Amino acid sequence: MKLIRCPLNGPRPLLEFVSAGEVRQPPDAATCTDAEWTAYLYNRASVPGVKREWWCHTPSGYWFIAERDTARDEILATYDAAELAARAGA
Amino acid sequence: MYRLRAVPGEWIDRLAELAFEFEGKSYTGFAGDSISSALAASGVMTLGRSFKYHRRRGIFSLANHDANNLFQVGDIANVRGDVTPLAAGMRVAAVNTTGGLERDRGRFVEWLAPFLPVGFYYKAFHGRKFPRWEQRIRAMSGLGRISAGAPRQRTAKRYAFCDVLVIGAGPSGLAAALSAADAGARVLLVDENAKAGGCGPWSGASQGELEGLVARVAATPGIEVLLSTCATGYYADHWVALVEPTRMTKVRAGAVVCATGVLEQPAVFRNNDLPGVLLGSAAQRLVHRYGIAPGKRVVILTANREGYELARALRALNIAVTAVLDVRAGFGGDAHGLGDLRCVAGVVPQEALAGRGGAVRALRVRIVGDDARPGSLETIACDAVLMSVGFAPAAALLAQAGATLPYDVALQQHLPVKLPAGVFAAGRVNGIYDYAARRQDGRDAGAEAAAHARGGHQGARIPRPENSRQVSHPYPVFQHPRARDFVDLDEDIQVKDLLNSAQEGFDSTELLKRFSTLGMGPSQGKHSNLHGARILMRARGSSVADSALTTQRPFYHPVPLKQLAGMGFHPERYGAVHDRHAALDAKFMTVGGWQRPEYYHDGDASRSDCIGREVRAVREHAGLIDVSTLGKIEIAGPDAGAFLDRVYAGSFSDLRIGMTRYGLLLDESGIVRDDGVIARLGEHRYYFTTTTSGAANVYRELLLWNARWRMDCAFVNGTGHRAAFNLAGPASREVLQTLTDIDLSETAFPFLAVREGRVAGVAARVLRAGFVSALGFEIHVPYRSAQRVWDALMAPASGVRPFGVEAQRVLRLEKGHAIVAQDTDALTNPFEAGLGWAVRMGKPFFVGQRSLRIHVRRGARQKLVGFEISAGQAPQDATVTEANLLIQNGNIAGRVTSVAHSPTLGRTIGLAMAAPHLSEPGSNLVIRAADGRQVAARVVRTPFVGAV
Repeated sequence: MKLIRCPLNGPRPLLEFVSAGEVRQPPDAATCTDAEWTAYLYNRASVPGVKREWWCHTPSGYWFIAERDTARDEILATYDAAELAARAGA
Repeated sequence: MYRLRAVPGEWIDRLAELAFEFEGKSYTGFAGDSISSALAASGVMTLGRSFKYHRRRGIFSLANHDANNLFQVGDIANVRGDVTPLAAGMRVAAVNTTGGLERDRGRFVEWLAPFLPVGFYYKAFHGRKFPRWEQRIRAMSGLGRISAGAPRQRTAKRYAFCDVLVIGAGPSGLAAALSAADAGARVLLVDENAKAGGCGPWSGASQGELEGLVARVAATPGIEVLLSTCATGYYADHWVALVEPTRMTKVRAGAVVCATGVLEQPAVFRNNDLPGVLLGSAAQRLVHRYGIAPGKRVVILTANREGYELARALRALNIAVTAVLDVRAGFGGDAHGLGDLRCVAGVVPQEALAGRGGAVRALRVRIVGDDARPGSLETIACDAVLMSVGFAPAAALLAQAGATLPYDVALQQHLPVKLPAGVFAAGRVNGIYDYAARRQDGRDAGAEAAAHARGGHQGARIPRPENSRQVSHPYPVFQHPRARDFVDLDEDIQVKDLLNSAQEGFDSTELLKRFSTLGMGPSQGKHSNLHGARILMRARGSSVADSALTTQRPFYHPVPLKQLAGMGFHPERYGAVHDRHAALDAKFMTVGGWQRPEYYHDGDASRSDCIGREVRAVREHAGLIDVSTLGKIEIAGPDAGAFLDRVYAGSFSDLRIGMTRYGLLLDESGIVRDDGVIARLGEHRYYFTTTTSGAANVYRELLLWNARWRMDCAFVNGTGHRAAFNLAGPASREVLQTLTDIDLSETAFPFLAVREGRVAGVAARVLRAGFVSALGFEIHVPYRSAQRVWDALMAPASGVRPFGVEAQRVLRLEKGHAIVAQDTDALTNPFEAGLGWAVRMGKPFFVGQRSLRIHVRRGARQKLVGFEISAGQAPQDATVTEANLLIQNGNIAGRVTSVAHSPTLGRTIGLAMAAPHLSEPGSNLVIRAADGRQVAARVVRTPFVGAV
């Protein structure tokens, strides 16, 4: 079983985590078309590669960001969501 | 075979004699014997019948891979005779026989062999062209007898942790464990054998040296040793499954050393499967572990130094070796110092000949001469043929860990390269055969593993010591025109079967395996995959170096299902007053892991009568239900109200302090996810409930939203902190007023209000609720004081009757309230569920709002409606159940989501998700009941009952 390094709790087994999928920015609800909105709701890019995802350490209820290479099944980095803006901009 | 005088280092205790039974006859063995060795010592040569042709088979590897020596021991099927310790009183029988091992009627199959070509089984089953054959094959397939009455064997699972896991306790594994422990690592050393030492006794270690190593390991506090334990699977991040006889351990290691050694491979020639034809290493195990001579006149068929070492070892014990027959052109410098022993090079085995009783009596060989002399045929009498022609690495775990295993032509062996970080190989699996070099390799691997486990430091791998000699013959396959030259003993696969498969187009290792079933038996190709690849690649005019080995997935070794099933835990959650429910003779049901009263038994009354009485109690006086399983979440902070406005469909920042409001939680696609009551306790403090089954997920989802929005508020999941009871019914106010300082009068405590105060002396939050009745109070108290409050409410004088989940369902149905996830599903939006009143579309934002705009524009595709079944239909009432379909003109027009007999109304009522044109009150519905009959119903307005 994989280990995931939780930024708050250190390395813990995969069993203790759930994922909420990729970090995605919803389109502006006021201006977007129905098609753009439903694409946001239902379409996901399943192309293997480095993904920035939401993960939760369930016993502590802590959500954080994991950067995961889905082609190599490797977690490259984990960090608190507060760093998201800085990292995503980088 | 016969028992020798005591051999130094043997595993058996000659003072402890054990009596057992085999195929109805009595035998004895010693403590420390395996079933197979005890039988061998008693001169029993045939231990089983082969899977397909029912040929006699004896000891072959004695290394946990003797697939033809599986036994029925009492109620337990398919016990591996080569490794299972003998116990006194065992009743052992061979599997896969009809009418006993000696007279097995399954033998007839071999006469039919010409009609059973490779792939016959697939062809016979495909298209069902041969139904009689299919029946026959099905009847004969499978091994062993399952006894349905056998007692369940409970096996535990546990977790373990170590810095360095060393797999294999042979010379290199022992050295690795010691050097890792010396470097400060906590080491777990596992070996599938009953004793440590591996092949040490016959591969260069002196007895004293090996015993010294084992003793040092035992005396090192940092090393834990697990024997009779098979490491069967490698999973991500050094997570390894260890299967012990009665337990499974899942170990998390900081680093793993695979000192798993090699698997000796047979020579392939005609009748190489006769009892008495066995691997050289099997003979070594017989001698060194069990003190058994493999025969009285032994022939060794070899292609490496190991064969000559075997001859020396046997002669030292006065076992007569008739000849050492080398299939190589020369001796390779290995034959020195054997004195008068006849050693012949350039030997081509022709066939083994069976004597009376079916065991080997002679080996027929062609001796290829040199240029000066022509070759000659010779029949050499013997009672054992020991094969020592080469090895394959036991590298499955390395492959699972991600190592690549290219074929090393110099060594004729697959060698692990590109090991993933923290995984190390040592010893013979690494291609190193000489004793001193193996120990050095083990020491290096142990030290590197310890360094990796401590700091993740992956030092440069110390180069593999050079291996000076080739121990594996490149192609020890000698096909015979009349076949019976077995490549795979598990499945009775001969050379021609593989060639025919290739000819039919199954000419890659993966296809060949599946078509021929090569390597698919109980030993999983440990003795056959390599030869299979060699034969295939030669037939294709290529080399085994160019082929890919089939992937050996976990489990590397078959694992009994009982080990995987474990103890079978089913955790149950009990509420604070579970004992009170039990004392009231509650019938419990499981809801979201909780044990909740479904209803309470009332004398001999039937289930429906009990539920009816509970419903009437609430309607006429007062009832009490334990609703502690509801999710209970507190949110506090300046942004608490604004946050709730964003996640819930209603509006909560404008909620007055001391009031509650129904909250509807949607997902981004506008689907109803959960609901509950949200109470405002203070300016910046809210307390709210979720459904029982949604509690954990809703809490997590709220945390995710706030991780994204980063608003100034914090959450506490108080689901387990508090118990909650709903006191409902017209008398609830007067009952509760006697127990509380809170003013419950209509003016002081109106509908939907929340108050904090004391109930039965306990600090409580009380919510005016209307889910099941017009008048009702939900009382939330700390978990520890819950029993006191329950007891006070249930005091006999109060006349309060407890009611369960079923009565609650009926009561809320009478009130026309939908239950999320019962009356709604993963496609239901709030407008369709009749919950549009709880949605504030005018808010700037809430989760699901954008999608609801689309839903509103499109219009509802279905509507939740109330219906009742007219009295005239009464005889058929009971047949309507949840999920029955609404039918109109032969098409599906909806479905029933809730249905119950209303004791208050005296008729059957329900909710249904119906097509919009059927949703007007007065519409006629046709329900197709569970028994297929059609039942008429009519849409009516909800609530079904008035203000009760």
